Amino acid sequence: MQRVVERDKLLETCRQLKADYEMLTDIAGVDNFGEDPRYEVVYHLYSFQKHEYLRLKVKVPEDDMIMDSLVSVWKTADWHEREVFDMFGIRFRNHPNLKRILMWDGYPYYPLRKDFPLAGIQTELPEYAEDAGKAEAANMLGGPFFGGTGTTSSREREPRQYDTPAEQQEKLKS
Amino acid sequence: MGAKKEIMNAPSQDVIVTRVDAAISWMRKNSVWPMPMGLACCGIELMAVGASRFDIARFGSEVMRFSPRQSDLMIVAGTCVYKMAGVVKRVWDQMPNPKWCMAMGACASTGGMYRSYATVQGVDRFLPVDVYISGCPPRPEAVLEGLMAIQRKIANEQALHAMKTGIASAPTHQPVTGPVIVRGDYATRR
Ligand code: SF4
Repeated sequence: MQRVVERDKLLETCRQLKADYEMLTDIAGVDNFGEDPRYEVVYHLYSFQKHEYLRLKVKVPEDDMIMDSLVSVWKTADWHEREVFDMFGIRFRNHPNLKRILMWDGYPYYPLRKDFPLAGIQTELPEYAEDAGKAEAANMLGGPFFGGTGTTSSREREPRQYDTPAEQQEKLKS
Repeated sequence: MGAKKEIMNAPSQDVIVTRVDAAISWMRKNSVWPMPMGLACCGIELMAVGASRFDIARFGSEVMRFSPRQSDLMIVAGTCVYKMAGVVKRVWDQMPNPKWCMAMGACASTGGMYRSYATVQGVDRFLPVDVYISGCPPRPEAVLEGLMAIQRKIANEQALHAMKTGIASAPTHQPVTGPVIVRGDYATRR
């Protein structure tokens, strides 16, 4: 089941839903780049009595990226919300400890946003890691590489690195 | 019995003549204590190297030291992300000289399949790697071969010179080879 919830009604809705849906299994952020509102947060709830999942979708506009934290309802929301904050920069009101969870403190970007390059952007490393150099953009060498889903043999489906774009084109044609 | 006694009594038979350098290198190369920097799936394969079937103890390296102060060889086994890079570097800095470094697997050598913003594209960006082992993960045999490559390197070193200058890999009459690349796909896998 799926339900779209207004952003300001989320906390209240969830308080009521808690009676049926005891477990919050996941929170995901979505960046619908080019749409308005741009962001979306998806909650997955599970009911042990009904053996049923419920998916809640909340739209978050780009110019006001803050929403209510659900830590007061499900404690497990803590780390999930930190991850959404870390990857998308969506803030959660009344979160007990809203800091980055995967990237280091002080990292200036939100890497899962669609306008962030997969290879990354050159960045200073945190203080404790200074002598490990800089976080540099990865050399993509024509990637990212996809395996493809055709009926060809797995040997051909295997993603490979091509040293030049021409070589890659040639391969794709054949 | 009589023959043995004769040998025991002949001092010249008991003496081996060698260079101090060579003796030190020989001792070092047969007691390389690894610092297992298991960061991802390669770490599991590293455990296999230590376990009975492949048994790294045959090469004198059975003592995995989780304290950097007691280890000689850092085996970076796995994906190193930037957040972890500082920790790895700090552990490396805490290891006393002489020390060696092995990049085990595609991730540690080049970033592997993780061409992304989060992963260090090869630990040689901040560590002086002696041996690279290809494979995802490499076979345990390949790790053992990597270890033997390190042993050959150690055997070639001028230990006394290194002690004096504090440089682990001092150039010798037989120059120490540069980074060694070991093929990770052994026949047992194919
Ligand atoms: S090289 Fe492969 S097995 Fe080793 S850490 Fe990377 S992904 Fe895992």
